[in-house]
Amino acid sequence: MAAHRCGLSLVCILIFSSLAHPSSCDTLEKANDNTAEKRSISEVNTDGSVAGEALNERQWQSTDAEVDRSDSTTHSEALTPAAARDEFQEELVIRPLHSGDIYASFQFRTLWDTDFLQEGQKVSHYRLFPKSLGQVLSKFSVRELHISFTQGFWRTMQWGQPFIPSPPGAELWVWFHDTVSDVDGNWKELTNVLSGIFCASLNFIDLTNTVQPSASFKPLGLGNATDHRFLRYATLPREIVCTENLTPWKKLLPCGSKAGLAVLMKSEKLFHSSFHSQAVHIRPICQDEQCSSKAWELRQTLNVVFDLHTSGQGKKEWSLFKMFSRTLTEACPLASSSKVYVDITDNPEGELFELSPATPLLGQAVVLGDRRTYSVYDLSRAETFGQLRSFNLLLRWKGDSGDMLRPLLHAERYVAGFGLQTGEIHTVIYNNHPYRAFPVLLMDSVPWYLQLYIHTLTVTSKSRDNKPSYIHYQPAKDRHRPHLLEMLIQLPPHSMTEVTVQFERALLKWTEYTPDPNHDLTSIVPVKEESSYFVRVYTEPLLVNLPTPDFSMPYNVICLTCTVVAVGYGSFYNLLTRTFQVDEPSPPLSKRLANLIRRMRGVPLLT
Amino acid sequence: MAALQLEKQRGRYAALAIAAVVIVVGIPLWWKTTETYRAWLPFSEISELDSLQLQLSVDIEVVFSRGTLTPEQQKKFPLSHVNEKEHQVDAKTGLRYKYETRYRTATIMEEDALNQPTAAEADLSLHMLSESSCGSVVVYVIPESSTLLPEDVKVYVGQRRTALLRSPPFKTSWNLKEVLSNLDVEVEQVVSTMSFGHQDIVAALSNRVRMTKVTKESMADSMRAIKSSPGYEITFSLLNPDPKSHSLHWDIEGAVQSYIQPLLNKLAPIANFSVDSQILYYAVLGVNPRFDNSVSAYTLSADSLSHVINPVEARLGSNAASSNPVLNFLLYVPDAHHSPLFIRDHSKRKVPSNAFHSPRWGGIMVYNVNEMYGPEAERPVDININMAKVMGVFLAQLRLMLGVQHTHPPTGFVLQSPGSAGLADWELDRLLWSRSVENIATASTTITSLAQLLDQIGNIVINDNIAQQVSSAVTSLQSAVAELEAGNLAFALQYSREAILASERAFFDPSLLHLLYFPDDQKFAIYIPLFLPMCVPIVLSLLKIVSEAKKRRADKQAKSD
Repeated sequence: MAAHRCGLSLVCILIFSSLAHPSSCDTLEKANDNTAEKRSISEVNTDGSVAGEALNERQWQSTDAEVDRSDSTTHSEALTPAAARDEFQEELVIRPLHSGDIYASFQFRTLWDTDFLQEGQKVSHYRLFPKSLGQVLSKFSVRELHISFTQGFWRTMQWGQPFIPSPPGAELWVWFHDTVSDVDGNWKELTNVLSGIFCASLNFIDLTNTVQPSASFKPLGLGNATDHRFLRYATLPREIVCTENLTPWKKLLPCGSKAGLAVLMKSEKLFHSSFHSQAVHIRPICQDEQCSSKAWELRQTLNVVFDLHTSGQGKKEWSLFKMFSRTLTEACPLASSSKVYVDITDNPEGELFELSPATPLLGQAVVLGDRRTYSVYDLSRAETFGQLRSFNLLLRWKGDSGDMLRPLLHAERYVAGFGLQTGEIHTVIYNNHPYRAFPVLLMDSVPWYLQLYIHTLTVTSKSRDNKPSYIHYQPAKDRHRPHLLEMLIQLPPHSMTEVTVQFERALLKWTEYTPDPNHDLTSIVPVKEESSYFVRVYTEPLLVNLPTPDFSMPYNVICLTCTVVAVGYGSFYNLLTRTFQVDEPSPPLSKRLANLIRRMRGVPLLT
Repeated sequence: MAALQLEKQRGRYAALAIAAVVIVVGIPLWWKTTETYRAWLPFSEISELDSLQLQLSVDIEVVFSRGTLTPEQQKKFPLSHVNEKEHQVDAKTGLRYKYETRYRTATIMEEDALNQPTAAEADLSLHMLSESSCGSVVVYVIPESSTLLPEDVKVYVGQRRTALLRSPPFKTSWNLKEVLSNLDVEVEQVVSTMSFGHQDIVAALSNRVRMTKVTKESMADSMRAIKSSPGYEITFSLLNPDPKSHSLHWDIEGAVQSYIQPLLNKLAPIANFSVDSQILYYAVLGVNPRFDNSVSAYTLSADSLSHVINPVEARLGSNAASSNPVLNFLLYVPDAHHSPLFIRDHSKRKVPSNAFHSPRWGGIMVYNVNEMYGPEAERPVDININMAKVMGVFLAQLRLMLGVQHTHPPTGFVLQSPGSAGLADWELDRLLWSRSVENIATASTTITSLAQLLDQIGNIVINDNIAQQVSSAVTSLQSAVAELEAGNLAFALQYSREAILASERAFFDPSLLHLLYFPDDQKFAIYIPLFLPMCVPIVLSLLKIVSEAKKRRADKQAKSD
């Protein structure tokens, strides 16, 4: 009974129609840090290159080549610089949170006017786009790839909506091109390759935690193919994110962590925070307005929330140096735009906090239906860095901040019930809008070892039954695939909607328990609507205790059985082979005593 | 008393019956149910492969043009001659070279071709006349007075599989045999240049044979060449440590098309190649170059080269999409503060190509750009890289890595440079010979060691697919050896590649690992609680029965005495 087991994490995607125009804040940037350097040095050896091991100087030989090849001169003049068909942008958005914490979001965006999936033409010459990812895209015919690694849980109630939501642990979803015949094979190989690229245990993704949602994950890029046979989605809530995932992620940036915003990414600071999430999003987009040709977009994002008390020593005073223990000195020379944004929407007159250096530049964007105002610092201009040639943004709160608006949508989930046999999953979705109803698409993927009783599924809002307008349920198969439940629910205004379903815990085989059976299992809740924009909300991972056997049991069973068999067999054997004979009755006790005395006296014995 | 005897007899029978049941039913049942599945392997054929006798057959055609032989001598044509050489490389490996030489006189068309003004043209027109098969060599003997070759040149080796040999002075009184034996030494030299030399073949066997008497030179050659593999990834990386001052442009796509691709097309029978390129920014070398006042330039000494690439290596990355070996070619443009940068060799001289290579890894070329712009040029400076210069160096390095050896021709030999194809036919043949032998050696070693391993560790499960891979590897190996014997070089290579693929797949199959570690002490720990209590009574009663029987016999004997 010793071990507890199994978390269920759940994810919600909420999409709701609203007031706002569909522009989005793509302005988030991520920076990388420099612990990477240390790691990469040590990696050299493990990479197993010839260089590391067997080198003695003898093997390094100068090359004698005929340098002058006949046609050399004619060619060299003819070369003209090829038009740069790729582009790189970096951004950092800083949003002071009302709790006193600070949210920094980096986004690095690489655009490349090429098509990886074109028939017969192999893309093999890379400039800004990382070669390793490009090879993955073309080898596995990936149309869209989204991968995120998150440590910590995003507290929607305190922090509002994140720019890009992600569930705790690792999440991967991929749309394959519709020419792929063996999607599962590609998916398996792809996860293995990605786990190599990102040093993560994505190789634990298999059929038992992969689902094909029918409605919740639409392609974000070009092409509106919606055949969900080509979609694969998986999460690994147990995945721990750390420096070893950050270093390969930084290596994908053209400037590495040597210049630009990425110099801020020092892992001892980034991982000393309440929330850390890094992601890679690849999708095809239009090259121009007419959409005559495709371009590929790679977005690397890194979101981090620094805690007021652990990182800020309780003082509501933040600076780049305090957050990252670095300041900015230059933009990445390869970036076509390199900017730092600070969200000052709640601070139009500077009454809440002050920024130094001040900037005259203001920018506006509509983020998640909200019009936000930003102070903009352009790193490509020399005056940003001032006379010290270093840019250290300072943000000082004046007095107490007001309460922040409650987020419109919010979800949580928990397990109810007692004992180790049955239980009930509760998912609670709050709509805080005073007068608008929102359609919400809820997706839940539950591992097979929780056997859902789908007939017990109830959806109630305001204590009345709320019938979902769309339900897609795919039952699990033991050891083959998880449960998948998708529902479209209408959330009445200012309400709390509760979705419950009962389950029974399955008994696992003793080899199926994880090495440290304490957390795992994910399920997901997404929500959405067609019009202008959508929000995805993930719930916290759920911990479910599974009945755990005593793991020394097999040996005990062997010993016990053997003992029982041996005892039974022993007596049986004894019975079969013993020789039975009639025993002569022994003389009575009085006679024996008398004989004893007689012997001592030397008198002949009685018979 | 009789009843007692009967009872004792019954006990004995019961004990014997139980022992019999245990032995006849129990033990086989236990044996059968705990057995590991081991598919049948062709062990006898594998052990035959353990001692390898390779025979390499070369077809040589020696063609005498007009004016080299007297009419009398010509009458005896055509004739042929087989020459065999045997070498025992080590106890288990033997080599036999079979040179099958056919002599004939030139046809009229060949005579015409030989009348071309230059050797190169003659070579081309001879090639048009007939296509010689892969692995064969044609030697045309031309008169001593011929103007086709310059004065001091004895032998001209063309781009294909033909060579022109200036005939040594023959005495007209000699008979044909003397003429031919006179010619033999020279022909042999030509053949060892154009098809294979003993050293190359021995070097190719390095996987099987402990090297003792191989010369340092061919050792270096074989160490430099990357190991035989079904495919290679060639990666060109442009390292720009200073993107603030230099904005570099390279037309790698065009350069690969015009310089590298022809060579790779030629090599297609040997392996699959894939080429890609990347640009790495802020990639620095691992060594700080030293400023040398005498040449007012930064220099890297050859001793420090081994430390140069370590920091770069981490960023090069491996190919995510395949597991073939990678050949890296780096073009390093030093940053503005460390320009110009030159490499010095061990004797402290500047290396003219400013490039160096590392065996089986790839090469680096340093490309100085400081002269292309003035000090007041606006940063970053746009710079176009002269790809012809770069690719010339990389191509030379690539040839070295692929094992197209720098042959050192004997004096008096002229080797026609391979031209735009990047590789002469006979160079390809050389490569095919050594690669076939190397593949055969590697595959046979792999298969024999796998068989040995499986033989030694009885716990390993041998699945059917492994058995199948092993037998297909063995069949391919046998066919490869047979084809090599028959002189069909192209087929030999193909079979040897199949053999290597199948043998590696069998050797590295993950299913072989499963039961590798199941030690005996753990087995005993599990079995003893069952077996000990069951076996002790059986054994004891059997012992008792035996001793009783002995006693009875002794009694009987005593009685009869």
